[in-house]
Amino acid sequence: MALPNHASTLERIWHYTYLVICGLIFLFLIAPILVVIPLSFNAEPYFTFTEKMLALDPTGYSTRWYDLLLTFGMDNPDAPRDGSWWADAWANAAWINAAKNSVIIGFFSTILATFLGTLAALGLSRPEMPFRRAIMAILISPMIVPIIITATGLFFFYSMTGLANSYVGIIMAHATLGIPFVIITVTATLVGFDHSLTRAAASLGANPTTTFFKITMPLILPGVISGALFAFVTSFDEVVVVLFVAAHDQQTIPRQMWNGIREQISPAILSVATILVLISIALLTTVELLRRRSERLRGVSPQ
Amino acid sequence: MADISAPLTTADGKPLKAALASAQARARRRAFFLVLPLLAFVLLTFVAPIAQMLHRSVHNPGFTTHTDIGSGEKTPIMVNLRAWFKENPPGTEPDEAAYEALVKDLVVLRELKAPGSVGTRINYERAGSRSMFTKAARRAEKLEPPYKEAMLDLDEDWADPELWQVMRGASSAYTFNFYLAALDLARDADGSIVSVDENRQVYVKLFTRTLLLSLLITFLCFLLAYPIAHLLATLPLRHSNLLMIFVLLPFWTSLLVRTTSWIVLLQSQGVVNDTLVATGILDDDSRIQMIYNQTGTIIAMTHILLPFMVLPLYSVMRPINPSYVRAARSLGATSWTAFRRIYFPQTVPGIGAGALLVFILAVGYYITPALVGGANGQLISNLIAFHMTKSLNWSLAAALAAILLGGILVLYWLYDRLVGIDNLKLG
Repeated sequence: MALPNHASTLERIWHYTYLVICGLIFLFLIAPILVVIPLSFNAEPYFTFTEKMLALDPTGYSTRWYDLLLTFGMDNPDAPRDGSWWADAWANAAWINAAKNSVIIGFFSTILATFLGTLAALGLSRPEMPFRRAIMAILISPMIVPIIITATGLFFFYSMTGLANSYVGIIMAHATLGIPFVIITVTATLVGFDHSLTRAAASLGANPTTTFFKITMPLILPGVISGALFAFVTSFDEVVVVLFVAAHDQQTIPRQMWNGIREQISPAILSVATILVLISIALLTTVELLRRRSERLRGVSPQ
Repeated sequence: MADISAPLTTADGKPLKAALASAQARARRRAFFLVLPLLAFVLLTFVAPIAQMLHRSVHNPGFTTHTDIGSGEKTPIMVNLRAWFKENPPGTEPDEAAYEALVKDLVVLRELKAPGSVGTRINYERAGSRSMFTKAARRAEKLEPPYKEAMLDLDEDWADPELWQVMRGASSAYTFNFYLAALDLARDADGSIVSVDENRQVYVKLFTRTLLLSLLITFLCFLLAYPIAHLLATLPLRHSNLLMIFVLLPFWTSLLVRTTSWIVLLQSQGVVNDTLVATGILDDDSRIQMIYNQTGTIIAMTHILLPFMVLPLYSVMRPINPSYVRAARSLGATSWTAFRRIYFPQTVPGIGAGALLVFILAVGYYITPALVGGANGQLISNLIAFHMTKSLNWSLAAALAAILLGGILVLYWLYDRLVGIDNLKLG
């Protein structure tokens, strides 16, 4: 939005003020996420930039908080760092165990959500689907209903059915929370899906299974993968359901962070936060690339 | 020439209409069967638990059935007293027969080791009752008639009409009393509904605070989202895609990370206060308390919900044709008039969609207020969590959750009506 040549002085002033305001809002959005990255390398146990850090003195920086992520919870953290030290870290370090749990739960709930969600999105995007609106509303509702209500319901339900304190229970709950994202992204890909392609495949002799894997699947795959990534992030970031239905020793990364923030917040939390920010940058890049690929495949060119 | 009055048929002689109908029915079934597994899954893992929670909000058998923790065996309790309640209308002065029934039931309770749980049930509605039950049950076996005097000797409070009213209410497992409690109401001695003492009114106040804070946060999100959505929508796509990262990265970043960042930035020894002190704007002694209070909740939640406002606004603003505003300008409108009368009205659908979504999400927010809200920044969700995990008054938690859920579902219905769930977009 370039300023036209005939703009008056007042309009020029307003235009630049407007740009400054926008810049400040973008700063508000991004600064809190970026600020944790340098602070996680703080050599002191403070949450603020020390004078040494501001002077870019290398002694003001250290990786001690990342080291703490490895050593915290280990049997023998001060031993020489050989094979058995790493084995100890892999088996006992609290954050590593939390990460293992998070990945296991995230992986299986993503598979479940993506499989069921994609299947349902295929059905929902057919024009002849009965009760489409009502069913869609039910399937999206886990995203809308406050998480505390879902967790409360699951707490009662799981303690009655014996699913409490089990991985199966958490995986099912996380899959439910991820399903709306899969449905939204896959149905978005299916909008403008050219059904004559599948008809063409059928007229050339392909059975429905072949048609699906050779024609439909490659076209909707970008949407399916984005949906899966959304579902994974949802599970990877979910803490309330875990707090309500998981056993005490079933720690996940967000639960460990939650406890850390509530009890005594230490810069180790910031190093976890930094790692999570890097993960989300990677995921965002992937999703963005997938979206462009999907647009190219479907011939929807950005205007 | 074919007889045109005969019905059209397919190659195998079926009437065309019937063949079409069966083909369509088959297509409908096929679509439905694709959705069915997921629908069944969501009904099982989401709808059923919530339905069970709603049932719990009106059903509490704490005064009528005792479930043995070990064997799971269910025993009816307070049988005699419940029979007395049935025979005598509300407001009857408890007589000797009533006290006799109570003492008999207390003896049974002691055998079942259940006085504590029964006392807890009464304690939900009348503070201080639990210890009365445990104490009385310990001595019940040795009590001699007249039971009324014996019980009053143990504790004067056994004559309290409010206690008897609460026991009468609890003598039926199905009750709406938890909803009354969730709205700061109670039943007085003769069963009519009154509001509780002013210093015990917490829930209505918290519902109001939740609504007001959510409205404020929605408004702040609108205020911040509108300019940047407009900028993104008018820049060439190459630049706007780049700037969009600023909106999408927070969206993809863990909620706990964003909340932690705000703690780091806003705490009294944090980055913002340090900067203000270093630049001389603030004295070292007058650091501003911006976190662990309402301010913290508002700032952090506005930041977290902002992308949900920017994205719908952007998708409405992008296709707006710039020539409308240009036409208005060429017809003599000032830039303010052109914005107010031409551009702004076209963005109203986006504002509606974003505002409704942000408001719905804000009303039920739990994590951020719990971590940065301190005492006066808590929302209704936090109170539900408190009753679930600390006070263990699960029926009250369920009733509060049901009220919240009702409100959310109305807003959700409205959103579907006005915007359509199909139009929900994620980046």
